[in-house]
Amino acid sequence: MTESDITVREKTKSKKNKEHIVNDFSMVVATVNGSGSQTSNLAIIRSLFRMGIPVSGKNLFPSNIQGLPTWFTIRVSSEGYSARRDSAEILIAMNPTTFAEDLKDLAPDGVCFYDDRFTITEERSDVVFYPMPVRDLVKDVNPAQDLRDYIANMAYVGVVAEMLGIEIDEIQGALETHFMGKQSAVDLNMRMIQAAASWADENLIKQDRYHIERSDQTHDLLLVDGNTASALGAIYGGVGFAAWYPITPASSLADALEEYLPQLRKDEESGKATYVVIQAEDELAAIGMAVGAGWAGARAMTSTSGPGISLMAEFAGLAFFAEIPIVVWDVQRMGPSTGLPTRTSQGDILFVRFLGHGDTKQVMLLPGSIVECFEFGWQAFDLAERLQTPIFVLSDLDLGMNLWISEKFAYPSQPFDRGKILTAEDLDRFREFARYRDVDGDGITYRTLPGTDHPLAAYFTRGTGHNEHAVYSEQPDDWDNNIERIWRKLETARNLLPRPVIQKTHGARIGLIGYGSTDPAIIEALDRLKMEGLSTDYLRVRAVPFAPEVEIFIREHDAVYVIEMNTDGQMHKLLQLEVPDQAGKLHSLTHNNGLPLSARWVVEAVLDRAGG
Amino acid sequence: MATDVSEKDTPTKNVNQLGLTKADYKGSATTLCQGCGHNSISSQIMTSLYELSIKPEKIVKLSGIGCSSKSPTYFLNRSHGFNSLHGRMPSIATGTALANRSIKLIGVSGDGDTASIGIGQFIHLVRRNVPMVYIIENNGVYGLTKGQFSATADKGQVLRKIGVNPFMPVDVCMEALIANCGFVARSFAGDPKQVKELLKAALSFQGTAVLDIISPCVTFNNRGESTKSYTWGKAHEYPLHDVTWVPKRDEIQVEYKPGEITEVDMYDGSTLLFKKLEQDYNPTDRMEALKMLEETCCGGVLVTGLIFINEEQPPLPETEEMVDTPLVYLTEQELRPSKDSLDQVMEAFR
Repeated sequence: MTESDITVREKTKSKKNKEHIVNDFSMVVATVNGSGSQTSNLAIIRSLFRMGIPVSGKNLFPSNIQGLPTWFTIRVSSEGYSARRDSAEILIAMNPTTFAEDLKDLAPDGVCFYDDRFTITEERSDVVFYPMPVRDLVKDVNPAQDLRDYIANMAYVGVVAEMLGIEIDEIQGALETHFMGKQSAVDLNMRMIQAAASWADENLIKQDRYHIERSDQTHDLLLVDGNTASALGAIYGGVGFAAWYPITPASSLADALEEYLPQLRKDEESGKATYVVIQAEDELAAIGMAVGAGWAGARAMTSTSGPGISLMAEFAGLAFFAEIPIVVWDVQRMGPSTGLPTRTSQGDILFVRFLGHGDTKQVMLLPGSIVECFEFGWQAFDLAERLQTPIFVLSDLDLGMNLWISEKFAYPSQPFDRGKILTAEDLDRFREFARYRDVDGDGITYRTLPGTDHPLAAYFTRGTGHNEHAVYSEQPDDWDNNIERIWRKLETARNLLPRPVIQKTHGARIGLIGYGSTDPAIIEALDRLKMEGLSTDYLRVRAVPFAPEVEIFIREHDAVYVIEMNTDGQMHKLLQLEVPDQAGKLHSLTHNNGLPLSARWVVEAVLDRAGG
Repeated sequence: MATDVSEKDTPTKNVNQLGLTKADYKGSATTLCQGCGHNSISSQIMTSLYELSIKPEKIVKLSGIGCSSKSPTYFLNRSHGFNSLHGRMPSIATGTALANRSIKLIGVSGDGDTASIGIGQFIHLVRRNVPMVYIIENNGVYGLTKGQFSATADKGQVLRKIGVNPFMPVDVCMEALIANCGFVARSFAGDPKQVKELLKAALSFQGTAVLDIISPCVTFNNRGESTKSYTWGKAHEYPLHDVTWVPKRDEIQVEYKPGEITEVDMYDGSTLLFKKLEQDYNPTDRMEALKMLEETCCGGVLVTGLIFINEEQPPLPETEEMVDTPLVYLTEQELRPSKDSLDQVMEAFR
């Protein structure tokens, strides 16, 4: 489509000539779960991305297979913001049961595309309405009976594309990617989309002010979900063993392992796998298998969510105390209990930090972007083997399951760090081996792998108290020495883990601390706070135990607001424990209702507490 | 070093084919009660491995929690060991077996560890056919916590201080068979000769080999009327056959009458000889095995021997189509795909 075409069309269609808003709005698609709307929504979001426009997508779905309401939100932002917004300007209403509510929630002067069989009961004279004859369009295209509902969802793709200016060629390209070259599926969907677009062209007059225009902002970027990035990170980190048990929102991480490992990790000669993925009988077994494999010397991982973490507690404590490298991904969802299994949260911070009975302190990584899901995916194995301890990587549903624009993943910059492992040759040289002796003074001891062919290699791993030879001991001195050495190891960890990301503004006296998937909302909020006249610095925590910069940041600000998605202010409490003499100036801002954070909430919460 | 076979030009009488002595298979001193059946089993494990000339470094000892699970400390000091969590040894075993398929796993569990807290993991281990020897040292009681009934205790059994057990026992051999186990044996710690032959057979088996060994608890459950006692076991043991394991290299030279001996070939080239005793029993017939267990479950006898053998089911690393090289020996080059491949993967996210 040339520029002059657009001009002509605008002239003929625009009635209310309000100020144009280009590439800056949110759209919500209200559908019924299980109706196949995901393909339609992905076609819209991917075609926008391919038009060079920054975009993000969030699926607000129920814990249900079929029949309950689902909302897919798409945010288009020329400024590149990707956080959730509190309300959308454009509604695509395909679910009669939520239509009235959805309409009520629509932003002022919004736009509503709706199935023309629905009745408008809500008084919204400010809204531009576009009825869509979905049933008639389906009848004309006449797909096979079992594909009718599915194809019906393509009607809105066509109408919306026509009215907003999404290029049909890019939609076709997006569908080709989606159906991985299955041309008949692409053709059928395109028939519906084109019919709907033509209908809109002939029958609707553009009255709203929202426009999509091709841009060049997504060149060299990716559009991908966090769980896929995490799985790829693990694969490029050399994962050998993965065990898992199905759970939302972590299942798609294991699915991605199963999808990409066969492509990337087959032995060239034999065609056999250089990995193994086991769907375990439960999360107890999943982590137990990972512990067995990690102990034997493979790069081992498991992925789960809160309820699975609960079941993994005993093994997590054993692996911590027996010092066995494993990687555990916790894609967090809303708890307590089964909670809101399809909604996001950062509620496992304290639980995971102290997972295990007795004085257990686990190491946690906190990815805050898709790129970090990939990077921590491979780095976690290096850290687990270097520190000989479980590494918990805490993602969440929003980061893990939703689509985000991301920088390209950088190929791992350093070779594997397999940590302190003694081979038979080493043992010949040293003539001595004590599994838990702190030879180097960093708290990290040497291990041998089962099968090492040397009479000195063996040791007995146990969850019971042990001396430095790994022999059972109830001696108070042995206990103290061992535990003090483990604490020393955790001190060493502070300088090995990913450092915080710090963003400073000249003269700011107020600091914000966040972590994980709240990053986009906080970044956007910083800009808005600046416009409100409030300068703030921002530190994003990326690992616990904390790096030294965290304490420095707290000390150099008059007030520090810790922003997170849980009720108790869990990171806030960890920071107060870290710097107790500064506890009074650490303030907790929490948001925990299952929805991802919005910049507006952050701005209001900060202004409210910081006094504007 | 004792492991260096080549330097031993003239093997003496007291070394095996690797040039190792029995002492090379020893563990630490036992802290179990004197006379505990578990000690006798530990001793047969050491003897079997010595006689089979399997290097201790090629063995891994695994256990859960309980008296039985302490016993891996008391054999094979030169083998890596892992005393894990109560009832969770099967998951550790699964991970270890898949990570390094060149080592042999010997798991020691108890009746509480397997039949109560660990029944779920036990069944899934068997179902997946994880290559290992899984020994249940079965005494019907919890020893470390002072003598409570376990899930294998007989219905109606009376223990002082504890009372009467009102529940039917779990038969771990039956559970293993139902989970499609290819090697199910039961023995008695008071019959060391049979324990040893069955251990050797189990070590030759390529999948999960389950050995349920009645192993009396001399402190809490050794009164004459208990079916888990020495006295009762000795008086009521009913071997299905006289089983002998014959290594690959040996020619079978046993004299026998026609029909008296049945041979079963193992995948590793060794052979099992079953000498007929009182009645015919075919250990390759799963239905016969199930029927026998059902009929003898409360029949006043302790049936021992190799209850079932079938080596057709592939072990887990084969089911998973894994490379022959153990995962732990793969290099970075084999484990980290190329930069080009990452670029290709990312193309699909455009």
